[in-house]
Amino acid sequence: MEQQTEQLSFDFDKVQPHIVRDTRDTIKLELGEFAGPLDLLLYLIKQEQANIFDIPIARITVAYLQYIRLIERLDIALAADFLVMAATLIEIKSKMLLPREIFGEAEEEIEDPRHELVDRLLEHQKFQNAAQMLYARSTVEQAVFPRGQIESDENNAEVNATVFDLLSVFQKILARHKEEIKMEIKREEMSLFDMIKNLKRRVFQAKELYLSAFFEEMQNKQELVLAFIAVLEIVRTESVKLMQENVFGDIILRKV
Amino acid sequence: MPEAVLEIEEKQSHTVAELVSVVEALIFVADEPISVKILAEVLDEDKEIVESAVEELKSEFERRKGGLQLREIAGGWQISTRTEYHEEIRRFLKTRPNAKLSLAALETLAVIAYKQPATIPEILEIRGVQSASAIKTLLDKRLIVAKGRKETVGRPMLYGTSKDFLIQFGLKDLSELPSIEDFEDLAGGI
Repeated sequence: MEQQTEQLSFDFDKVQPHIVRDTRDTIKLELGEFAGPLDLLLYLIKQEQANIFDIPIARITVAYLQYIRLIERLDIALAADFLVMAATLIEIKSKMLLPREIFGEAEEEIEDPRHELVDRLLEHQKFQNAAQMLYARSTVEQAVFPRGQIESDENNAEVNATVFDLLSVFQKILARHKEEIKMEIKREEMSLFDMIKNLKRRVFQAKELYLSAFFEEMQNKQELVLAFIAVLEIVRTESVKLMQENVFGDIILRKV
Repeated sequence: MPEAVLEIEEKQSHTVAELVSVVEALIFVADEPISVKILAEVLDEDKEIVESAVEELKSEFERRKGGLQLREIAGGWQISTRTEYHEEIRRFLKTRPNAKLSLAALETLAVIAYKQPATIPEILEIRGVQSASAIKTLLDKRLIVAKGRKETVGRPMLYGTSKDFLIQFGLKDLSELPSIEDFEDLAGGI
């Protein structure tokens, strides 16, 4: 879960979030939200016109808790960060209630429990000011325009191809074409019927035909298969015999 | 000055006047701010000579007080319009200013800019609030980039500002950012 209500746009001077107290002593949040617990705390300190080096912890804690009771209902994840700060405030408040002499020697400098918080607040405020500076800079930059984009080979998708890109595309197309054509020829050129007719004619004309010679005439696998089937077919249906002169010798197709 | 010109002419192929002109032409066509180093490479001239040509060009722009300015930005030089004419330019381009960053995103960006490379826990420590969505926004806008991981428990991702950050905020380089300590005076004033 993240801050879902992140504003897209704001104006540092006009849209600083702030709290409005309405008549029934409840608080109402106006215009966006605080960027974090430290933001809220700084705001409350300013609101109370308190000195950051001497924060009236009790007063600030009350105001702070009032605010987080409100945001708790809005966004649990965000509220968690605010709750951590609430716990810190309460811890500081309780430490300050304890009589100081109990801790350590009286002469020793006793650290103000607020010290660490003040450091963080000051550190945070520095970065808040830095953010404001960045905001001002980006506003100025938005008023400056570089020249429009010149169409170059790099940003033009149509031209953004080398000769090699072109070549490889062309080769792909060519390869695809080749395959297609090959398939068509194979199917169109020779059917089993044609093959049988062809074989029959050859055998009847020459009286005998060496099978190896006949098979060698074939241009591709498909024709070879057809030729083989044609041989089987012609032997089955016509008065044709398969002969062999010696073992492992050439097979001869002979008209009876 | 004439002696110096002669000397340059002997050594290099461009005269000073030529060099200023060609530098202007190159800066004009470059999509991004173009560095003196690249200019020198393209022109096959010494960096120092190109540098002085750029400076001469800059003062020419300033003397002319026209609609354009020559600025050093993100380690390079760029020709852009002067801020004074933004209204007319927007009217012509029919554009509106980009959506500004949110307060949370700006604060996160400020922390990263000054503490870089910074991890998410370090940002949380300063901001006191989870910054995940702000970081995502900044990454989407290419204002920050991941710069490896910190060799510590959990190896958190380190973030730093990008070149786009310098361009969008009109910075020559990071050293042009005012010192973070300068903001302390303001901080005391509450």
